[in-house]
Amino acid sequence: MSTLSERILGAPAGEYVDRNVDRAYVHDGTGVLTLEAWKNMGSKGLCDPSRLSVLFDHIVPANNSTTATLQHELREFAKSSFLHFFDIGEGICHQCMSEGVVRPGEVVVGADSHSCTLGAFGAFATGVGATDMAAIWLTGETWFRVPESIGIRLDGNLSDAAEAKDIALTYVSRLGMDGGSYKALEFTGNGIRRLTMDDRLVLCNLAVETGAKAGMLYADSITTDYLARYGQSAEPQVQEPCRYVQELAIDLADVVPLVAVPPRVDTVKPVHDLAGLPVDQVFVGTCTNGRYSDLARFARAVKGNRVAVRTIVVPASRQVLWEAAKTGVLTDIIEAGCTIGTPGCGPCLGAHMGVLGEGEVCLSTANRNFKNRMGVGGEIYLASVATAAATALEGEITEPGVP
Amino acid sequence: MRGAGHAVSLGADIDTDVVIAGRYLRTKDRSIWAARVFEDLDPALAPRLSGAVIVAGRNFGCGSSREQAAIALKGAGVVAVVAPSFARIFFRNAINIGLPLIEADLKCPDGTMVRFDLESGWVETGGIRLTVRPLSPRMLDILRAGGLVEYWKVKL
Ligand code: SF4
Repeated sequence: MSTLSERILGAPAGEYVDRNVDRAYVHDGTGVLTLEAWKNMGSKGLCDPSRLSVLFDHIVPANNSTTATLQHELREFAKSSFLHFFDIGEGICHQCMSEGVVRPGEVVVGADSHSCTLGAFGAFATGVGATDMAAIWLTGETWFRVPESIGIRLDGNLSDAAEAKDIALTYVSRLGMDGGSYKALEFTGNGIRRLTMDDRLVLCNLAVETGAKAGMLYADSITTDYLARYGQSAEPQVQEPCRYVQELAIDLADVVPLVAVPPRVDTVKPVHDLAGLPVDQVFVGTCTNGRYSDLARFARAVKGNRVAVRTIVVPASRQVLWEAAKTGVLTDIIEAGCTIGTPGCGPCLGAHMGVLGEGEVCLSTANRNFKNRMGVGGEIYLASVATAAATALEGEITEPGVP
Repeated sequence: MRGAGHAVSLGADIDTDVVIAGRYLRTKDRSIWAARVFEDLDPALAPRLSGAVIVAGRNFGCGSSREQAAIALKGAGVVAVVAPSFARIFFRNAINIGLPLIEADLKCPDGTMVRFDLESGWVETGGIRLTVRPLSPRMLDILRAGGLVEYWKVKL
């Protein structure tokens, strides 16, 4: 009996396989190097442009002329060569691929470590580097070592104060920053049945923070209903009994709001323990927590109040921004005194807007709090959207109230 | 494929943001990455990397998929990296740009010679030889070609 990875890759764990890639994508950061590597390989054509995407999300709009010049070359190439080109403002690559593009059973490769996010659809989705991607442009395939899998069983119901992000921080802290190295995480259990696609994307997003190659879930009716809204048909995947190299059980009722303390994602404490720590900036967004449901949750919490510190909200995609504008969520956020950024990665990677100064502290809904990531000498605490909202209102780390 | 270099020791969980900071990524000028390698960890480190074998703790290269991290190390003159485990994207990236990696738990003082053989699968220092898992035939082919670019250039 096979794990989901073994089923999709078609071989038992430990074997090396060459597999056709169903979707391959790069962003403005990795795409520049991919294009260079592809040219250095001899510019010998593209395997199948309909399977390849280029998405501009990391530094958008360009912050200076060096970036703009690099982006210009990739943009011109993408516009003339690829079927799917997402220019600035369309959104974060993983988010755009989750909006009706990726389907269950596919092999998905992105030139970005958080490509594992798309395992939420029951796909085998993983990150590679730029040169690997150039070879995929050329040949349409790549090699994988079929991973062993860790089973993470979720049972029970999440309390109102906790979110999918808190579940993710729970498993990251339990496995540690290399506890999933070379392996795939498979999320199973009854608790999954009550999680939305947005929640599942959060769970899979943080898989790489344990070193895992992929984080994945079996597609069910929630998956197929979600895809149907984008006009995509898909079949649920029936889970077979299979053997995991390690199993982890999480009772969702035990999950409390958590914070990952810099500089490690796996150093996790209850928000309660850090309550009162002053922050200089709150950031809501990223491929972890920048979806419409996140913005709506944030808006509910801050509506009618003013934030006490500078707060940057960046929708993960144009569609998220559009929905937030249409429903009034955006108005509530603006009225609360927050700053809205262009859909994309925003301050997450510390390359342009929202960069931290020396000694500044940010509470962020992102997935990484490495040293200096958002600016030299800045510190990043990672938490859920509800914790971010409570913290923004108080100006210090604050436990989320029950909505 | 054999090699040798003087040891430069580093800790565990060295992430790619530390190898090369995000603020240096917006360029194609590889000399900048080589010059700025490990700047946030220890600015005095870069000049010591020429001809070095980095001997690190587990999970080397975790975090962002930035290939510039591997390119920066190679550009600074690193001959190979030895660590008990590597983050998988970094692993692929390093092989793809022709930087050998050796999975071993080695401990030795800075400056001692470290020798290795990728095909037979061993690494030695101070008269002690550790047997390691040899790289897969495909990875060795890529390294022998000088990286994945050269590999495909001749193959297609
Ligand atoms: S939002 Fe942050 S973590 Fe996600 S792809 Fe962008 S830079 Fe990477």
